[in-house]
Order: sequence, then structure tokens, then C-alpha cells
Amino acid sequence: MIALLVRDLRLAVRAGGGFGLGLAFFLIVTVLIPFGVGPETGLLSRIAPGVLWIGALLACLLSLDRIFALDWEDGSLDLLATAPLPMEGIVTIKALAHWITTGLPLVLAAPALGVLLSLPPSGYLWVLVSLALGTPALSVIGTFGAALTVGLKRGGLLLSILVLPLYVPTLIFGAEVARRGAEGLAVQTPLLMLAGISFGTLALLPFASAAVLRINLR
Amino acid sequence: MSIWEYANPVKFIRTTDRLLPGVSMAAVLCLVTGLVWGYFFTPDDYRQGATVKIIYLHVPAALMAINAWIMMLVTSLIWIIRRHHVSALAARAAAPVGATFTVIALATGALWGQPMWGTWWAWDPRLTSFLILFLFYLGYMALWSAIENDDTAADLTSILCLVGSVFALLSRYAVLFWNQGLHQGASLSMDKEENVADVFWYPLLVCIAGFVLLFVALVFLRTQTEIRARRSRALLAREGRT
Repeated sequence: MIALLVRDLRLAVRAGGGFGLGLAFFLIVTVLIPFGVGPETGLLSRIAPGVLWIGALLACLLSLDRIFALDWEDGSLDLLATAPLPMEGIVTIKALAHWITTGLPLVLAAPALGVLLSLPPSGYLWVLVSLALGTPALSVIGTFGAALTVGLKRGGLLLSILVLPLYVPTLIFGAEVARRGAEGLAVQTPLLMLAGISFGTLALLPFASAAVLRINLR
Repeated sequence: MSIWEYANPVKFIRTTDRLLPGVSMAAVLCLVTGLVWGYFFTPDDYRQGATVKIIYLHVPAALMAINAWIMMLVTSLIWIIRRHHVSALAARAAAPVGATFTVIALATGALWGQPMWGTWWAWDPRLTSFLILFLFYLGYMALWSAIENDDTAADLTSILCLVGSVFALLSRYAVLFWNQGLHQGASLSMDKEENVADVFWYPLLVCIAGFVLLFVALVFLRTQTEIRARRSRALLAREGRT
């Protein structure tokens, strides 16, 4: 399993594209928002937590089809399926690799982009915490979507239609943590719910993803 | 005699053929009776005026939008556990009907909300969860139509339906937490003191029965169509082979 993780990470870094692209996309979305709504500081600082969350979510979505597509094309996914590793483990590792290459950089970049959106000082910590807790759920749910659409020729658009509704609860609680944190309110309830969603999806969804992948490899 | 006999497509088609005229007639009868009764023979509400009559379309449509998804969930489970093709096809057949009911509920809700709340749309928990439900229907139907192999499509959409149900429930509670509502609470429960007045209640019941029957008739018809379409595809494939 560790070997698979290392292989995936190495591929992501060396093959280019996937690693930096999500971050660049996040940056561009964040830069475009002020053009869309105007440069007024008060407005920007009020919507900053939500914008950061939406940006991270979209950047995450962008790289989802890469999770299985390359392995599917060159047949290494079939090899993995016949390996002694359980399919659930493969799926979890794939999600983890996706999170490390996409989610983690987004989490780390979010405070820097918060400066651009004049995020209130009290918000930095909670944006960081909520993204760090929430992006694993995004990766795990996204892996499920990627497993659903792996065999399809033009799965990209379908993938986003399938995955975005599933992102709703994570987004609501995550953005709520960030918003309440930025406004200096109590964050405990949404934070606990967000953690619950993250750990719940991490524990249960790999089974669904593995089942779906087995069907697709049949 | 067990319910599993209807897993046989021939048997299913024969039985539903016999039931279909009756069910459709009953649906039309109930809908006409309920709507005419509701629209012309009930008094206006003393605060809402004539707009209260939207209830006869809004409530049954909303009810059936949710029940259609639950029916898809059950048939998906049957497909996963016992692998009866009719079950998977029934789930496929129900999806567009459910999506249409969702749209009807949203549209009539908007028409009702405009004079009552002064707005077509509010980010109210109930409204929002219905919109999310509609998105789930869209994703489900898109996945069905995207996959070529019938069995693979049935498998994948069933699992999507199961996972989607969990997330739809989660979204429902997330949305409740996220915003306060304009929409009134439940007013049709069996055990509540404060319900809709009887004058509105009886025609509404007839309308609900009409929508249920309409749903059943449509699902029967669409499932038959799916079975026949699949059969003709199989015949064509066989002809191509020989």
C-alpha cells in the first residue's frame, strides 16, 4: 500500500500537470472573484471564506478524473485489481494520493489567497482548519465519482454533475466553520459536523467506490 | 405465488397490461375529481385568498417527488441483492417521472411564494433541499444514459442511488442547519393538532391519490417500454450476428 502511495505521488509530481494545475486554478478563481463583484474591501472580506471554499472545491473537482483515468488507459488498474491488495485499500490510497497532491497544497495556499480577499485576521486559522478537515472528504467523495465514470470516453462533465451534489453537505459545514470563524462566532457545532462528514465518508465511501470500480473492471 | 414472479419480464408485462387501463382511468378520475373539487368547490382561504388552491398541485407533486426517489432506492436495492432486471428498469423508468414531479413542486412553489412571501425563490431549507434532490435526479439520469452496457449501467446507477440517498439526507439536515426557513412546517401529519382544515383536506387527499396512481401508471408504462426496447435491441443484435 505504501508502495502504491509512493508510486502515485511520484507519478503526480513527475508527469506534470496535476500537481500545480489545481493550485493555479485556485489562484485564478480567487483573482477573478474581485473582478466579478468589485474591489470593495468590506464586501470581499465578508464573502472571502465562502469564496475560498468554492475555489478549493472547484480546484479539487478539476483533478478528479486523473485519479483513475491514466491507470485505466495503460491497464495498470487491471493489474492492481488482480494484486493481493483489497480494492478498498487501493481506492483509499488513491484518494489519499489525490488529497496530498491537490487538497494539501490548497489548504496551505488558502491563507495566502485570503490576503488577496482581505479575509479578517480572525478568519485565517478557521479557514485553514476547515479546509484541512474538509478537503479529505472532497477527495474521498471525488474518488467515488471518478470510479463511477472511469470507463467513459467523455466522463469529465458527467463526473462534475455526479460529484457536485454530493459535495453539498461538506461545503455547507466547511464554509459555515470558516464564516463563523471569520466573524468571531462559536464554531464548535459546524466543526464537529464537518469532522463527522469527513471521517464518515473516509470510513464508508471506499466500500462503495471499490464496488463501483469492480463493476467497471468486469 | 410470490412477488418475485414479477421479475419475469413476460409475466410483468402481462400483469401490468391488465392493470394499466384500470390504474390510468383511476388516476384520471381522481385527478379530475380532486382538481375540480379543489378549484371550484372549496372556499378561498381568508388570508391567502385563491392562491391556497395551488396546494392541490404543489403538495402531491412534492410528496411524489420524494416517494419516487424512495421507490428508486428500493428497486435499486432489489437489483443489487437479487438481480432482477425488471427492478433495475423500473428504477430507470421512475427517475424522469420523479424529476418532473420535483420540477412541478418547485414551479408551483415559486408561483405560490410570489404572492405570499413576495418572492419567487428563497434559500429556505425545504426549497433548497428540493433543488438538491433535482440535481440528484439529473446526475442519476445522466449516468444511466452515459453507459452503453445495460448491466453495468444498472449496477452503477443503483450504487449511485444508494450513496446519493445518504448524501441527500445529509444535505437535508445540513441545509436545515444552514438557513432559517420561510416554508411552513408539516401540516398534513396524521397525529398533529394543527392541520389543514377539512374543506381543503378531502379534495387534497383525492389529488394525492390521483398523483400516486398517475405515478404508478407512468412507471408501469415506462418500464414496459424499457423492457420492449431492450428486447428489440437483443433481437437486432442476434440478427446482426447470424
